Amino acid sequence: MIYDVSIWAIVIFMLFVATVLGLSFYFARRTKSASGYYAAGGNIHWGVNGIAFAGDYLSAASFLGICGMIAYSGYDGFLYSIGYLAGWVVALFIVAEPMKRLGKYTFTDALDARFNSKAIKLTAAISTLIVSVFYLIPQMVGAGDLVVPLLGLPHWTGVLIVGSIVILIVATAGMTSTTYVQFIKGSLLIIFSTILTVYILKNGFNLPDKDHPTHSFVTLNAKIDNGQVIGSTDSTYIFKGAYTVDKKLTFVHFEKDNLAKWFKLSKDSTSFSEMLFITTTEDGKKLYNGEPKENRKFFQVGHLTKIIVDGKEVDKTGPVGPFEFLSTMENLEVVRFAKKDIKDAKTTVWYQNSTPGKSMINPGLLYKVSSKSGATFWDKLNFVSLMLALFLGTSALPHILIRYYTVPSQRAARKSTIVAIAAIGFFYVLTLYMGLGASVNGVLDVESSNMSGPLLAKYFGVGIFSIISAIAFATVLGTVAGLIVASSGAIAHDFMDNYLGLKMNDKAKVKAGKIAAFCVGIFAIILGVLFKGMNVSFLVGLAFAVAASANLPAILFLLFWKKTTAKGIASSIVVGILSSILIILGSPTMFEKYGLAKSAAIIPLDNPGIISIPLAALVLIVVSLMTQKDNANKVENYHLDQK
Amino acid sequence: MHGPAAKLETDHAAAKKSKLGVILFIFYLLVYTGFVLIGLLDPDMLSVHVLGKQNLAIVYGFGLIVLAVIMGFIYNAACTKMENKMNKK
Repeated sequence: MIYDVSIWAIVIFMLFVATVLGLSFYFARRTKSASGYYAAGGNIHWGVNGIAFAGDYLSAASFLGICGMIAYSGYDGFLYSIGYLAGWVVALFIVAEPMKRLGKYTFTDALDARFNSKAIKLTAAISTLIVSVFYLIPQMVGAGDLVVPLLGLPHWTGVLIVGSIVILIVATAGMTSTTYVQFIKGSLLIIFSTILTVYILKNGFNLPDKDHPTHSFVTLNAKIDNGQVIGSTDSTYIFKGAYTVDKKLTFVHFEKDNLAKWFKLSKDSTSFSEMLFITTTEDGKKLYNGEPKENRKFFQVGHLTKIIVDGKEVDKTGPVGPFEFLSTMENLEVVRFAKKDIKDAKTTVWYQNSTPGKSMINPGLLYKVSSKSGATFWDKLNFVSLMLALFLGTSALPHILIRYYTVPSQRAARKSTIVAIAAIGFFYVLTLYMGLGASVNGVLDVESSNMSGPLLAKYFGVGIFSIISAIAFATVLGTVAGLIVASSGAIAHDFMDNYLGLKMNDKAKVKAGKIAAFCVGIFAIILGVLFKGMNVSFLVGLAFAVAASANLPAILFLLFWKKTTAKGIASSIVVGILSSILIILGSPTMFEKYGLAKSAAIIPLDNPGIISIPLAALVLIVVSLMTQKDNANKVENYHLDQK
Repeated sequence: MHGPAAKLETDHAAAKKSKLGVILFIFYLLVYTGFVLIGLLDPDMLSVHVLGKQNLAIVYGFGLIVLAVIMGFIYNAACTKMENKMNKK
């Protein structure tokens, strides 16, 4: 889709970047020590840290990914909001205070506090790097996606801009500037998402009309002979061929005025409904609805066909309250769009899928867990596995854990987590309104579900679109900064200083951190360009699963099982990383990406958590029991129970 | 060895706070598991209206978010009380 570039969006974005860089250079003059660089000196106020937590956590996956998923799949997208927020309960009740008590700059410090083990230092540093890189890729891909409508530049420039700015932020003042960038971004995101939600409620629900125009879809009568499609009763549409996909969907190719048109045959085989389509020509060019992209024939979609209020059909509802919005949603008919590839015709189509509003606010459109809808044992296990990884993943993310070292006390760590839960919880409630709002107002770009939130803002005006887009870009900026600080800490502090035993002085540690940040930043830019087109939410889900498998059993057993040994922790981290990644690589989704049949997948499971998390825990128990004699040499400086 | 970035005083309330945290965590885990199990075993139940015109999916989903915030405040109040009492000099 081609977007009009908004000058205001550019101006607001430039202002934000200038402010952020100004802050970074200001703090750079005050950041001379390793404690200042890696942990902001440990003196950030808990309120600021709490909102910065929200800034860290509400990444591209939350704002762009979840809103998009709700817009396309209704309540199933909201399951991510519920799971992501529930993960903070683990962080608050189990992890926050011990992490603060045990660690110095990184989560490796906390894991290693009782053992002083080289194996833990190495495996935890590698785990931090792997999880951070998995998390970095979708952020960078998201940055590239955003820069197209925001600045009118190609995808790779977005990746380059984000990478360069973040390297500057992190390499100048480390965790201090990153914290304030997160604080500003987190605050703005929540404030303007609230404003956008107010716009949605004020707008209510409307059928397409002159004030709310959407594309008028053409419907043709079908001509069928002996069960075969032979054309349409409208002779201006010249029949070119019919294709059956998945044994049940029939797509029909017509030509009108020398332009290709694609339709879908109705279930009762009496009519054809118009579709959006992209065809790849023999010379590799792409035609959007039969024409070059610049002709702008590829329109936005997502509209209502029926609104029922108090038992009567109406054209519009007028403004609605937050609860009325959800109850009205149950009585609507929404036109969603489903994607299919017609390989023989080198064409991808998006066909209309009329959906009752009731289905939009109930689970089931994306995750088939009901036996009635034909869900298998593996479908159900997949659902449980996803919910498990979301619940356990948050408190195992290294870039979240390092934020516990920026506050002065355990009490401050706890309070900042509560501020984060309140802010993030409030935002996640808003995602349901923003996602559903996008699904009914004709703003969806079928090529990029990630753009649903910003495009909904555009529906309400260029001003709010400009601000929301700039914030979305800043969202990526802030999260990437946090991830690069975590990665640079893993390389310079955990690996070089502690594992290799280089024993650097304070100045050298800061210098090593800055060089590491620069290298990780360059690596992130390259990955962001290479992974263009990958699904943002899928990759973030992957990062959660790897984090939960590699890190969480280690953290929990360290805190609650006195027989835990260093070798047990290190083995658990290695098994957690390997098993989760191997399951993902052998999953149906990855097989589809390899161009193979989903049914050929080695393990019929997309989310590895249900296997890899217990496996990592089991390995930790077995190895710890086998290496109990090591605990005789355990350093007893830090007693968890501090009686 | 690794010490905290900021110098921390001994927290005599740590064990009690940890115990409370585990209890609250288990409670929330049970409520969360209930949501997952309903979705898994009887998803139709989620479309039943339970609060005015709102279905169970919305009420339970929003409820899990609000419950986390409320439990956070309760936990903080209890921990602060314990710290003030047990860490008196």
